[in-house]
Amino acid sequence: MTARAPVRLLRSLLPAFSLALVVAAIAWLNPRAMSYFGFNLMLSLALPIALATVAQMFVIAGSELDLSIGSFISFCGCVVATWLDQSPLLGAAILLGGVLVYAGVGALIHLRNLPSIVVTLGMSFVWQGLAILVLPRPGGAAPDWLQTLMSSKPPFLPLPVIGSLLLALVCHLLLMRTGYGAVLRGAGGNATAIGRTGWSLLKVKMALFALAGLFGVLSSLALIGISTSADPNIGSNYSLLSIAGVILGGGEFVGGVVSPVGAVIGGLTLTLAASPLLTFLHIPPDWQIGANGALLILVLAARARFSRPEAA
Amino acid sequence: MTAAGSDSVSLSGIEKRYGAARALDGVDFAIGRGERVGLIGHNGAGKSTLMQILAGAVTADAGRISVADEALDDYSSRRARQHGIRCVFQELSLCPNLTVAENVRIFHPALRGFGGQKKAARLIGEMLDGIFPGHGISPGDLVRDLAIGKRQMVEVARAFTVVAEPLRLVILDEPTSSLDAQASAQLLTHMRRAADAGLGLILISHVLAEVLGHVDRIVVMRDGKVAAAGPVQDFDRRKLVRAMGGEEMPPGQRSSGQRLREGAVCVKARPGRRGGAKELVAHQGEIVGLAGLAGHGQTALLRQVFEASSHGTTFRSRPAAFVAGDRQTDGVFPRWSIAENITIRSLKNLRRGGLVSPGREKALAASWKDRMRIRTPEMKNSILSLSGGNQQKALFARALASEAPIILMDDPMRGVDIATRQDVYALIRSEAAAGRCFLWYTTETDELLHCDHVYVFHAGAIVADLAGADVSEEKIIHLSFQEPA
Repeated sequence: MTARAPVRLLRSLLPAFSLALVVAAIAWLNPRAMSYFGFNLMLSLALPIALATVAQMFVIAGSELDLSIGSFISFCGCVVATWLDQSPLLGAAILLGGVLVYAGVGALIHLRNLPSIVVTLGMSFVWQGLAILVLPRPGGAAPDWLQTLMSSKPPFLPLPVIGSLLLALVCHLLLMRTGYGAVLRGAGGNATAIGRTGWSLLKVKMALFALAGLFGVLSSLALIGISTSADPNIGSNYSLLSIAGVILGGGEFVGGVVSPVGAVIGGLTLTLAASPLLTFLHIPPDWQIGANGALLILVLAARARFSRPEAA
Repeated sequence: MTAAGSDSVSLSGIEKRYGAARALDGVDFAIGRGERVGLIGHNGAGKSTLMQILAGAVTADAGRISVADEALDDYSSRRARQHGIRCVFQELSLCPNLTVAENVRIFHPALRGFGGQKKAARLIGEMLDGIFPGHGISPGDLVRDLAIGKRQMVEVARAFTVVAEPLRLVILDEPTSSLDAQASAQLLTHMRRAADAGLGLILISHVLAEVLGHVDRIVVMRDGKVAAAGPVQDFDRRKLVRAMGGEEMPPGQRSSGQRLREGAVCVKARPGRRGGAKELVAHQGEIVGLAGLAGHGQTALLRQVFEASSHGTTFRSRPAAFVAGDRQTDGVFPRWSIAENITIRSLKNLRRGGLVSPGREKALAASWKDRMRIRTPEMKNSILSLSGGNQQKALFARALASEAPIILMDDPMRGVDIATRQDVYALIRSEAAAGRCFLWYTTETDELLHCDHVYVFHAGAIVADLAGADVSEEKIIHLSFQEPA
């Protein structure tokens, strides 16, 4: 055990280390970015991405994958910028309905033993279509309270930082410290074992997908609050970004290995590595997406170096 | 049935079919409080299926289950738990991604809230200390970081923990198969204590001495039926083997002509890291045993040899085939058929014009079905349709069907019954005579008597090299506990 502990510690610190590295690189390139205002600007999109990453994390905790979270966020965003603004009750009901549909997708995947990638890919087209129906062209307006909330400037720490800390704490307690949280993760590791102890695997899968839906809704609220209006494609790249965030945060595709704190850190790393770092590096915008991908591969390769299970 | 008091758990007329195969054919079984029952039989005799029905994991097609004279309908694993019936399954049922304490938590829904973690840690820590003193497991360890023997200890200890639900009966399905001699003895001692405290215990094991020495009553199963039952005093080894329908065979037949150190050297290896000075040497045509307590570097050495052979850096770099002991992690491809699981190692030789020939693949699988006596109607069936022992036979077939001159065996006889073992032993001897070289790590001392040379491991190093007639149980046990010189 003594030999194992440091490797495990290293493994769990790696996401934080890669975030620190990105922040250090930015600080070195542009020291003036290291301020309340600088972080507020650089991290402006961090909260929606972190929330989407957490949503994806719940699905990955059950050894499944959700390719529809991006278009679900687009759809919810369109609802937020239209109905939630004009008739809040109806808007809230539709968002709640979205969460229930997510739980239903979880049930379908479990009952019919379907591959989640296929089902959620199908659902992504459904959500995309609905988003275009709700808001055929960019527009709408975020409810005032949401705009006020997302543009608020709390003392000492910028909102995205406070929000991320809170998010990481809540999800950590929920998934890592409660008994049912252990069951949810356990189902991703050895579903048969969970079933044999008398837990309902159907409920587990529904709970995981419902949580994903809930955090998808929260992500869309944060996103629309920041951008103040919606667009039916607003969240389209969140599906893959959220998966990358989970993996960056120490999660694994199968086996129920996830970390809420890691997922939030992964989301933040992605946000910072995306545009601020590359802009400061004077990489032309045309090359930024490619450079972003290369950076991602680099970090993941470093992670694989440490997370290889040792021989027994 | 004897000892079927009013406070007993009983099964009557249990039937179960899997497709065309009849797994259980009207079985009656009962166990009272404070009683230890040994359940034995060949692989596929129906023991595990019967116990899975009792634990509620599998539903019977017909029959009745009752606890304390109350018939239970709508039986499920939840109902079984409510009545205090628990099972340590043969296939490990821990979640590898969770810690030891979390695995206890999911087992006891009553451990809720934020304090549950600490309670679970204390509970399992105390139970492990009670059953396996000196276990070296911390409740915060991730299960996937533990070696298979330690995982088994956790699983056994977990079954004995009590929170809110009662505990009446614990079923132990091959609990000692992955434990070394010391931990097995600790568990068997604990069984006596538990029975004295009023618990019913069912022990399934292929190690007959273990059953004969540590239960009150024996039930022998054969082809889905109870073949014999009675108090343990009525049985001896010979009777048990006959009741199971096996051939009488003296244990541990020594390989006939001792061909010591004659053939060309095939393997030369030194345990890594804290390896010490002693080297393991295996010649062509030899069966070399790796002994010592579980987890003292034997598996690591086998892997080392395998790595070296596959990277072509060993001694003359000859290919090696590996027979895994932890078949769930290292062995079977769970989604593949039995035939595919066997032929995967030999696809190179099954090619015709650059493509794998389905005909030759089928023929190879069929020939090994006969040689290993794999019990299945169809080699196309999923590997998971086989019982644990038969899956292991398929893994043996995979290695032996290949052209590899070196066969590495990582305690491969876990959960394999006596008749099959005798077949496999004979096969190993004939393959060795034909020039193959076997490195055989085993936790069972009986098996070492088949070896031409035995290397005893302690703390990652080789502490002794016993040849031929020097191999004896006392010597190996003595050396296993000794520090390297």
